[in-house]
Amino acid sequence: MIARLDRAGWIFAFLLIATAVAVPFMALSPATSAFHLPSYLVQVLGKYLCYAILALSLDLVWGYVGILSLGHGAFFALGGYAMGMYLMRQIGARGVYANPILPDFMVFLNWKELPVAWWGFQSFPYAMLMVVLVPGALALAFGWFAFRSRVTGVYLSIITQAMTFALFKEFFRNDFGFGGNNGLTDFKDLLGFSLQTDAMKAALCSISAITLLIAYLVARAIVTSKYGKVLVAVRDAESRVRFLGYRVENYKLFAFVVSAIIAGIGGALYVPQVGIINPSEFTPGNSIEAVLWVAVGGRGTLVGAAIGAVVVNLAKSYYTAALPEVWLFALGGLFVLVTLFLPKGIFGLRWVDLTAAAGALLIVHFAPIAPNGLYQTYLLHLAFVIDVAWGIAAFFIIRFLLDWTIRRLGGATPDIARSSSGNGP
Amino acid sequence: MTESTLPSLTSTVLYLDGVAVSFDGYKALRGLSLALLPGEMRAIIGPNGAGKTTMMDIITGKTRPDSGDVYFDGKHDLTKLDETEIATLGIGRKFQKPTVFERQTVEENLLLASRAPRSVMATLFGGKAGEAAIIDETLETIKLQDSRARLAGALSHGQKQWLEIGMLLAQSPKLLLVDEPVAGMTDSETAATAELLKTIAKVKSVVVVEHDMAFVRELGVKVTCLHEGAAIAEGTLDQVSADPRVIEVYLGR
Repeated sequence: MIARLDRAGWIFAFLLIATAVAVPFMALSPATSAFHLPSYLVQVLGKYLCYAILALSLDLVWGYVGILSLGHGAFFALGGYAMGMYLMRQIGARGVYANPILPDFMVFLNWKELPVAWWGFQSFPYAMLMVVLVPGALALAFGWFAFRSRVTGVYLSIITQAMTFALFKEFFRNDFGFGGNNGLTDFKDLLGFSLQTDAMKAALCSISAITLLIAYLVARAIVTSKYGKVLVAVRDAESRVRFLGYRVENYKLFAFVVSAIIAGIGGALYVPQVGIINPSEFTPGNSIEAVLWVAVGGRGTLVGAAIGAVVVNLAKSYYTAALPEVWLFALGGLFVLVTLFLPKGIFGLRWVDLTAAAGALLIVHFAPIAPNGLYQTYLLHLAFVIDVAWGIAAFFIIRFLLDWTIRRLGGATPDIARSSSGNGP
Repeated sequence: MTESTLPSLTSTVLYLDGVAVSFDGYKALRGLSLALLPGEMRAIIGPNGAGKTTMMDIITGKTRPDSGDVYFDGKHDLTKLDETEIATLGIGRKFQKPTVFERQTVEENLLLASRAPRSVMATLFGGKAGEAAIIDETLETIKLQDSRARLAGALSHGQKQWLEIGMLLAQSPKLLLVDEPVAGMTDSETAATAELLKTIAKVKSVVVVEHDMAFVRELGVKVTCLHEGAAIAEGTLDQVSADPRVIEVYLGR
């Protein structure tokens, strides 16, 4: 079982290695340097990389096995909680209540002893084991029942969503023992290194990039093996695979557990970088957003899923700062547009489309036609619609010009992923 | 047909006795009995709704009968096993509507079907070398060598039928259940398919469901006619087509 990379895979691997190497240098260069990367950007990049790990894990089950999990955020959050519990124990007597054993929220709740679930979390290796085991075990138990009972399609999606919602409710309760509504926060250090230093932030970002690369290589090895071909066959004609003598539930279960573990590791890297984990990570909305990343990037491509996570979150960061009211509409609109017009996502676009889209974005950004003042009034939605229409028009104009030029020159317009596995949906 | 005319259980490769099943009150099978000897090829005919496909579903574990016995090789009780276990025992099936993995290549389709360990670990870590010979041989048999790297979804209807038969061959089962193999085929394709099935039947047991009487005649094997979920006639095609009940319900006067 070795990962055979296609062209997109090599580019992806190169970019991740470059990120892992460059970020520490750029982050630690003097603030006056042209290459200096401010620490908030390092943090944002690290966060996106963790989202990309979640997207990749989701693509493994959705893109290749057809399991549309609407609860993958739960595995991400469980990995995050396991890491958070280690970080809480590391605070020790430096907490507000200066209790060397009990985290602040337990002292506040007047608890006298550490709950059993928290035992061992002062040990880093134990905590890392739990990062893998807890999401893996939940996926194993959930998948064992669901796949054996042949729950598929929308019914499976609904129960995955119920699973994450149940966890959300449970973690919300104070007496469940994981910090309730507030979750776990005020982390100080990891393995003795302060989380507040630029060096540590850069290191976590680099580790996230390397982890994403490893997760990609593992997933790629899985989908290119004969096992992966069985998975695709299950996705496209499940009962036919049974008549060939394959134990379909075992195939699904293995992929689901691997996927949950990858998601859990993503969550564990996420928590020290954002500094908090709370029950909101379990909300179904989070999991659905992850599905959107995969759809936007390109389902069944792995690299596309990671790209989708970064692109959608870039857009989210931009909009929630610039036009917070508009973001949810944009997100919903994006889902509709991608489903209707881009079944293969960004990864299925031609280079011409991509260039035209980038051009349209630049035009809307630097030369919007809605007067800037309009955004300051109650008519801001109108302004938004005008600029979106302007962007779409710009996209088609640029694309037409590019296509026309290329036809004149007699060239073809290949897909971005022309050399990929051909297993895309 | 009465039970006494059935060969004894242990000498059969497939043995159905008094099989009945109903769906929401509709009796799809009512006391179907059938026995197939090792190396035998049997053609099943009968009007729509006679229970031909339901019979296949029961043999392959897709449907559980309400009553009756279904034995494979004289010793395996198929009513207690699921699809995967039955396929592993050595029963392969070709569906009425060609069911190939459309978004995978012809070669990948055959790779998935090829006789090889079916466990997760075997497919995850095992090489594909063992299957290569089976794939080459099968491609030659079904004459799809040139389409090796094409997506199965891009094949013509007749080619898909052949690919599915090829998948059956690569699976190398002891018993082949073939549901309407020549539906949608041209005359020359139909004749070639009959030849292929006759070659297969030299070493395997085969059950063929087919409406095309010319094709059944070409096969030249024992025929069973089903009607309303039971066998109403059995024998050579000439005997069966002379049976007044068969003429009434199926062939027409």
